[in-house]
Amino acid sequence: MTAAVPFSARATKSSRPQKAPPNLATTSTATVSVDQTPPGLRIEDLALRYGDRTIFEHLNLTLNGGEFVVLLGASGVGKTSLLKIVAGLSTPAEGRVVATDGLPLSHRIAYMGQQDLLYPWLNTVQNVMLGSRLRGEKGDHERALHLLGRVGLGDRAKALPSELSGGMRQRAAIARTLYEDRPIVLMDEPFSALDSFTRARVQDLAAELLQGRTALLITHDPLEACRLGHHLVVLSGHPAKLGPPITIRGQTPRAPDDEELLHTQGRLMRQLTELEPK
Amino acid sequence: MKPYLASGLRPVMTLLVLLAVWATVSKTSGIQTFLLPTPKSVAIALWEQRGMLASSTATTLTETALGLLLGTILGAVSALAIVYSPFMQRWLMPLLLISQAIPVFALAPLLVLWFGFGMASKVVMAIIVIFFPITAAFSDGLRRTDLGFLDLARTMNASPLSILSHVRLPAAMPAFASGLRVATAIAPIGAVVGEWVGASSGLGYVMLNANARIETDVMFAALFVLALMAISLWVLVDRVLKRLLFWAPDTTAMA
Repeated sequence: MTAAVPFSARATKSSRPQKAPPNLATTSTATVSVDQTPPGLRIEDLALRYGDRTIFEHLNLTLNGGEFVVLLGASGVGKTSLLKIVAGLSTPAEGRVVATDGLPLSHRIAYMGQQDLLYPWLNTVQNVMLGSRLRGEKGDHERALHLLGRVGLGDRAKALPSELSGGMRQRAAIARTLYEDRPIVLMDEPFSALDSFTRARVQDLAAELLQGRTALLITHDPLEACRLGHHLVVLSGHPAKLGPPITIRGQTPRAPDDEELLHTQGRLMRQLTELEPK
Repeated sequence: MKPYLASGLRPVMTLLVLLAVWATVSKTSGIQTFLLPTPKSVAIALWEQRGMLASSTATTLTETALGLLLGTILGAVSALAIVYSPFMQRWLMPLLLISQAIPVFALAPLLVLWFGFGMASKVVMAIIVIFFPITAAFSDGLRRTDLGFLDLARTMNASPLSILSHVRLPAAMPAFASGLRVATAIAPIGAVVGEWVGASSGLGYVMLNANARIETDVMFAALFVLALMAISLWVLVDRVLKRLLFWAPDTTAMA
């Protein structure tokens, strides 16, 4: 059984009429260099099994370059496992994940986990430059400071993570993700630990700063999905299947009272609750 | 009262009260002075024997510090070996357990026989005593690295060596520090036990000799210096560790 999700046909027409093309979007945010349309991501016939238990199988999903796709699902449905496979952190039982331009994915993916994962022994700016440190490269201090300024932490560069609030830590994590300057960004419920007001602000920031990149966000929060995603897919069932894609029009981040958003959110809630066993 | 004043005064007050109790008991209870010397006679012994006590302290401190240093290196290396090599884990773990199962007191005569009356046997003794707490704490710390930290490092294309030096090692430092604190507290035990069994200098040797001659006041003086040395060493190590681990605050202090 196959839940193929062909976004390619609809995407350009329906979802992004108001949105500037990726290269323009980057010049306006002027942060980092995503020179041309980033590569898309194709998940082909993916399966994950633990022993006899099949978490999911025959998963197919295509993300076009520069699209923000949100994968929704209840806890325990295999969202995180799926994202870890895409990130190259674990191997699937079957199937593969490739870039749409045919080049290898390695070195082109940035990952944001469920926690901010700031290293407690490094200060904020050192955390932003973590990738350089780990690869034994010289850190680009100036760019890191610039990015911290972009997320509103310009004056906290020397602070330890323990001295930052939850929202600040998550913003520092966004700066760290941007510092990596990779065309594909994977996010695993990165804002779930924040209170709803802080969450909304950090979502705005993420939507703005990640424009022009191919993003896959997983979440169990329909509101978050509707605010940020160009396309939404629901992962549900045992073994889990991907539902038909839902496309939301309009520019992201959407206001929480956006009509399109409210409509889709209601539909999603219904779909998610109906699909889960009672 | 300012907190730092209070923390400085508290041990002094405890000491004064203990001295007062001790002075009263030794004066009024009728216990003979060769069994329980008065604080005054101990103070006199401290002053009169200061040269001998100082050189003995130097010996014991050197043995303890050398044992601590070598034992820490050895403990840290074996922790790394255990964590990174299943082969080493199979072969080293039983050895470690045996080294702890045999009391160091039982080994002491043999070690003195093998390594002589000089410092070497005491240093070996101290190493044996502290080796295990270091290895146990550090290997535990190395194993408990946050999986998220490791995942993040892998997506950033970190090499295994880089993950060790930039992720696992720093993350294990608080655990290593608690192992080192335990080791610092017990390292003098190893040195002194070695001196009891056979030595030509050191505080343990002084105590043993004074005991044989029923010079209880000298023995108390040596014991006092030993306690002072052990506590100073611990405080020093604790301070250094706290400064190095500034990022791992003691959360109980905030509660």
